[in-house]
Amino acid sequence: MEKLLEVKDLEVSFLTYGGEVQAVRGVSFDLYKGETLAIVGESGCGKSVTASSIMRLIPQPPGRITNGTIKFKDKELRHLPEKQMRKIRGVDISMIFQDPMTALNPTLTVGNQLTEGLKQHTAVSNRQAKQKAIEMLELVGIPNPEERLGLYPHQFSGGMRQRIVIAMALICEPELLIADEPTTALDVTIQAQILELFERIQEQTGVAIILITHDLGVVAKIADRIAVMYAGKVIEVGTKKEIFYRPQHPYTNGLLTSVPRLDRREGKLIPIDGTPPDLFSPPVGCPFTARCPKAMEVCERVYPMQTELSETHQVECWLQDERANKLLASK
Amino acid sequence: MTKYIMKRFLIMIATVLIIATLTFFLMHAIPGSPLNQERGTNAAVQANLEAHYHLDEPLFVQYLIYLKSIATLDFGPSIKHPTETVNDLLGRGFPISFELGIVTVLVALISGIILGVLAALKHNGIIDYLAMTLAVLGISIPNFVLATLLIQKLAVDWEIFPAATWSSPTHMVLPTLALATGPMAIIARLTRSSMLEVLTQDYIKTAKAKGLKPYKIIFKHALKNALMPVVTILGTLLAGILTGTFVIEKIFAIPGMGRYFIEGINQRDYPLIMGTTVFYSFFLVFMLFLVDIAYGLLDPRIKMHTKEGE
Repeated sequence: MEKLLEVKDLEVSFLTYGGEVQAVRGVSFDLYKGETLAIVGESGCGKSVTASSIMRLIPQPPGRITNGTIKFKDKELRHLPEKQMRKIRGVDISMIFQDPMTALNPTLTVGNQLTEGLKQHTAVSNRQAKQKAIEMLELVGIPNPEERLGLYPHQFSGGMRQRIVIAMALICEPELLIADEPTTALDVTIQAQILELFERIQEQTGVAIILITHDLGVVAKIADRIAVMYAGKVIEVGTKKEIFYRPQHPYTNGLLTSVPRLDRREGKLIPIDGTPPDLFSPPVGCPFTARCPKAMEVCERVYPMQTELSETHQVECWLQDERANKLLASK
Repeated sequence: MTKYIMKRFLIMIATVLIIATLTFFLMHAIPGSPLNQERGTNAAVQANLEAHYHLDEPLFVQYLIYLKSIATLDFGPSIKHPTETVNDLLGRGFPISFELGIVTVLVALISGIILGVLAALKHNGIIDYLAMTLAVLGISIPNFVLATLLIQKLAVDWEIFPAATWSSPTHMVLPTLALATGPMAIIARLTRSSMLEVLTQDYIKTAKAKGLKPYKIIFKHALKNALMPVVTILGTLLAGILTGTFVIEKIFAIPGMGRYFIEGINQRDYPLIMGTTVFYSFFLVFMLFLVDIAYGLLDPRIKMHTKEGE
């Protein structure tokens, strides 16, 4: 498979009055054409910052990409001039945000907002743009698209608005769609519809999707691969099967056991104790040490190397070291 | 939309009627009458004069005559300027006051919005601090102080602009500047804060993610939303500018309507008082009516609201 995006050693920090927050601390992952990669983690683990950094949309200042490379096809995005970056946004890479109620401008018609990106990036006539907008609304399943173009966002329901936001993101036929918690603000029945829409769109257009979420249910439904983030680092990455059935990192395991499941009898939820570390002064070793049930002395001092379990499955944890087994056995 | 406008229009008529009624009774509550000042007049002459101006009729009848004159927009002869009608005086004074007012509003709006937007875009930068210092000064210095200061410096000391009267565009500079600074400062501060808020909104992030050019994001997406509060206070500002013109006209010896307004009250010139008051209130209420319509045009949600409420 062909690589579409390669993020390597990405580091992002924010300068605040309290000091420097290291929100993303060396994130690396690859994305292949046409696949769906889910980035999972709890609030504040840096998943949204990672996504915004790819688009170079983190507010600068206070945010700053301090290290790493973001390679999209042959282009290195981190140092691309803003003018060229604008030609990538919306055209090659699109992004949609969490809350459809606020993601659309209340004072402009839906048609206007749908077509403005297209008009900016391509030389289309007004009629062609309108035609394309109608096609896109049809694609995302909005009935009577022609009449709806003249309506304002407040005349649509939340689910409809998210469909419009998706149509807007796809109108220039991007190769990559970054969806930052696209279903979090919707109610459950609408969530399922939107997820099905993602699947259908991917089938029809072949767009690759990076899905940022904290909802493992969403992940189970549409992800091909999963990257689990914790305290600004990707601690485990693997295919959906590998992550759900053979989680190796204690944190991934903790995430999975803290979600209710229908297929297990012992119905007790086990939450992960404690809170994530303060990213003003992140720990030297593994950031999960303080909450980890299997923590060893080494975890606190040295950050573990990446262990390659299969071609697709990598984990960063000291338990993978063969000396760990001996230690645990002797206990 | 037509129903919205109709509704606003009816409210406007009712407002003017209430103001007119209040003015009438307040006017008659002031002791004295236009005819019994200065030297004593012959009793018969006095009675004749009173009959001529209907001042001998019961108050209620006078009120009806007054309402009729409002309805026909004919306020009759002025008592203190016997050779002229109130309409003549208004016709002479209003264009000048209107000119001063409109130029002031335009200057205040345009410069206020530009200052506010610049300050918001360069948030916490030098431009921001300069603009906001200017705004605080503008709000805290009363226009009559600024007016005398401007006359002293720009007209008397440096002789750049004429000090008074109203005959050429250069004559307009100082009065407009004195009158516009306050409203400009308020608009600038409001634009800045509302722009800052709008710039953090999700739809601005969406617009950036679409790869739109910065000027498009600012003018098409941000400014329209950020101007909503500015339009809201425009009504109040207009009232302020209107009353401000009385003072400014006096200081710069501008032959506008303000003079007649004050003169009318001082001399109990009933037709003149009601003429100027009704005219001013009608004008102000009409401006507020325009502001309401502008608000509906800017924010589509407002139209919907009235539709749903029907």
